[in-house]
Amino acid sequence: MGAAEEVAGLDASIARRIDEAVARKVEEKLAQLKPKGPPSMTIIATKGTLDWAYPPFILASTGAALGWDVSVFFTFYGLNLLRRDLAMLKVSPLGNPGMPMKMPFGPQWFRHINWNIPNAVQSIVPGFESLATSLMKQTIKNKGVADIADLRAVCIESGVNLIACQMTVDLFGFSQSDFIAEVSEYCGATKFLPMAQKADVSLFI
Amino acid sequence: MNFDKVLDVRGMACPMPVVKATKALVGMSAGQVLKVVATDSGSVSDMQAFAEATGHELLASEVLGKEFVFFLKK
Repeated sequence: MGAAEEVAGLDASIARRIDEAVARKVEEKLAQLKPKGPPSMTIIATKGTLDWAYPPFILASTGAALGWDVSVFFTFYGLNLLRRDLAMLKVSPLGNPGMPMKMPFGPQWFRHINWNIPNAVQSIVPGFESLATSLMKQTIKNKGVADIADLRAVCIESGVNLIACQMTVDLFGFSQSDFIAEVSEYCGATKFLPMAQKADVSLFI
Repeated sequence: MNFDKVLDVRGMACPMPVVKATKALVGMSAGQVLKVVATDSGSVSDMQAFAEATGHELLASEVLGKEFVFFLKK
């Protein structure tokens, strides 16, 4: 065998060994990068009306049902969703053009009417918001959608981490006794953001 | 199809069918089959996704009039 052939054979063998070693190393590194444990989700809940109470609790309970680790950070008006008494949650069609105004009772043709009530009229009629709220509650019941207290109970039962923003608790003059005992933590954005950073899904509602 | 437990979630909307299914499956052992009866039209895609995400096997799903029937194997 000539010297040139020997060198070529050696080169090929080295190249093969390097390829094998690199492939093995990449596999090892990928295994280390794979997430350990279940997927996680963090939600920031900022709204305190009956309609906007739904998205965070629906998404949190669904995430928990999928086996995810879920934490919800309630801040600003979202704190209302942690209060002991949820009866104060209301919905207002005033300045809310996306909200259909349909009656939850009567014959089908009547139920399908979308009542286009001008803002000026809504604002001047006393009790309009309470009326809209009770109509929405009836619609929710008719359609088999769970009420907020039930959905919140499901979240608690399935281990969703309910976190209250301490700054807004102070800002609005609340005290911890206004909220349900299941609030797992009172903390600030500095504590929450690193949790959101590690989460697979992070939502602002 | 054979099943070990029935879950009636008729009249319930999202996310309750999936939430109740999770709860029902907790009390069952591996290999057992849960039959779920729902009326929520979103449950057809939800149950499929639920099975994929949680590792339970969706053996079959049927539409019976206005009802949706699912067989989930733990």
